[in-house]
Amino acid sequence: MVAGKAEEGGAGARAYWRANLRVMGVLLGIWFVASYGLGILLVEPLNRLQFFGFPLGFWMAQQGSIYIFVLLIFAYALWMDRLDRRYGVALEADSEAQEAGGDSG
Amino acid sequence: MEVRGWTYLLVALAFALYIGIALWSRARTTAGFYVAGRSVPALANGMATGADWMSAASFISMAGLISFMGYTGAIYLMGWTGGFVLLALLLAPYLRKYGKFTTPEFLGDRYYSQLARVVGALCTLFISFTYIAGQMRGVGVVFSRFLEVPVEFGVVIGMGIVLLYATVGGMRGVTYTQVAQYCVLIAAYLIPAAAISWKITGNPLPQFGFGGAVAEGPKAGLFLLEALDALHRELGLPEYTAAFVPGKKAMLDVLAITCALMVGTAGLPHVLIRFYTVPGPRAARWSALFALIFIALLYTTAPAVAAFARVNLIQSLDGVAYADAPPWFRSWEQTGLVEFHDLDGDGRIALGGGAQGALGELTVDRDIMVLANPEIAQLPAWIVALVAAGGLAAALSTAAGLLLVISSAISHDLGKSWLAPGLSERGELRLARSAAALAVIFAGAQGIWPLAYIGQVVAYAFGLAASSFFPALVLGIFWKRATREGAVAGMLCGIGFTAAYILWFKSGLFGAGPEHWLFGISPEGIGAMGMLLNFAIAIPVSLCTAPPPAAVQRLVEEIRLPDRSGA
Repeated sequence: MVAGKAEEGGAGARAYWRANLRVMGVLLGIWFVASYGLGILLVEPLNRLQFFGFPLGFWMAQQGSIYIFVLLIFAYALWMDRLDRRYGVALEADSEAQEAGGDSG
Repeated sequence: MEVRGWTYLLVALAFALYIGIALWSRARTTAGFYVAGRSVPALANGMATGADWMSAASFISMAGLISFMGYTGAIYLMGWTGGFVLLALLLAPYLRKYGKFTTPEFLGDRYYSQLARVVGALCTLFISFTYIAGQMRGVGVVFSRFLEVPVEFGVVIGMGIVLLYATVGGMRGVTYTQVAQYCVLIAAYLIPAAAISWKITGNPLPQFGFGGAVAEGPKAGLFLLEALDALHRELGLPEYTAAFVPGKKAMLDVLAITCALMVGTAGLPHVLIRFYTVPGPRAARWSALFALIFIALLYTTAPAVAAFARVNLIQSLDGVAYADAPPWFRSWEQTGLVEFHDLDGDGRIALGGGAQGALGELTVDRDIMVLANPEIAQLPAWIVALVAAGGLAAALSTAAGLLLVISSAISHDLGKSWLAPGLSERGELRLARSAAALAVIFAGAQGIWPLAYIGQVVAYAFGLAASSFFPALVLGIFWKRATREGAVAGMLCGIGFTAAYILWFKSGLFGAGPEHWLFGISPEGIGAMGMLLNFAIAIPVSLCTAPPPAAVQRLVEEIRLPDRSGA
């Protein structure tokens, strides 16, 4: 048990939810810029730059954005694990089953 | 051994494996049948989600589509992967925390309304049925091309296999079969791709070979994409890597389609239900990560395969005398997937000019880009056979996932909760199995006698999911003030507007053509507008109606915290 465990509707729960929304806002901002921004809206200017054998805009649209999506979910899963622990809201059965599932986060 | 012998061997082994797994992991309770007892480890669920998600369209058609679209193919690549970010951040952990069995059930509880649940169940059935017909057709096509049996026979075999393991195994059986199917399909995709990349660029990693230099031929030394752009210029076609030029989609349309596919991905019922099968919200987050990694393996390879196939096709055919065409051209010509029309009567294949989307004197079916690739690259027979097994795994795994969603919508959301409330657990399980069996027969019939509209409508399932489920689910979780009236009005207007727009342009009634597109958005992308319309109606209607009861507000607070057990 962690002291000050978040109760539904309590101050801890509200703080946890605000922290969660902040994490989401940052990650969805990057998601938007990487896909719609660099992959579509700015693709023509970026295509004038060379990135290895690719025009940069084309690479962002067909490769780079996908790698960024993977990194975003990875960052989310790690970050939320930290928030769960800090606010003491982690579900124990969930965490144990998870570790048996083979991830180290 | 010949290609056909290898194909029979690999397909028979794969089918035996799937059935074995289903018998071993048979479901005996409704929780086992609907959500695999919520005991699927995150890694296994990630693989199962990958197979569930990647259908015949991803495996067989996508690289070919990209090959003909160049840059614009990014709508599929970003759309069908970016949606997992929305799914992981906005939906998966909360729906898992809510628990229970289905997405319509969540809508019914959150919006304190049987109507919301029934509307949700009907949307689920509408979306899933349009999607599953394409899968059974894919099974039939693979059978007919590789095993040389009639399409109908292939569909019936496919139906039998899916029926057996989906109705006996339930979600538990389907989950572990999907894990095996993922392994088959990814091997079948990556091995030929690596071999072709090695051949053209000298680098076995397609993701890097894609940006490497061409190893031999007239364009040797140029970067692959430079060579491809040059080949397109020589033929008088828009450059491969160019965006928004005449002959390609406009920027706003690309934005709208990408958005509709992303949001639709996050709202597809058979993908959402996969996140009910893990032990908890934390496992749901990690399992979304594993799912996207497994999907990205195929999705970052596909655009490379598309570019290699394009170079191969142009270099091996343009200006070649018809009589000297390579052997693979002959064998696929027999299936009718490649056709040569000697317009200028000189006996040579000219790829330049011609109508938009065509290649001069050649008509090429997009599917050939993946299916014929191993032959074009002269790979050994067992690799060609592996592609057939991979295509079947992709189609069958998606069909099974859809069947379970259809069966739970019928037995749990329409049957047990509405039409037959007195049903016992055994009765409900029997109803679920019969619903799955009926759905297989319905899907198989559409695979054998495809209605003209079905093939077209499959692509629009995303728009329908985007405009109905996604806003209702997101508002339900993130806005406590969202009311029953707001959600139902939003869902009905969103899916109604989207379906009407698609039907209008697909039927061509009242002289509808691209010049009438709303803001230049094609029917593929209209789901993005449908989603905005859904939000734009749900929010003001919610504000004008009485706030949700206290119990519902507590439910929302509860699903936002990972640790409390469900109500």
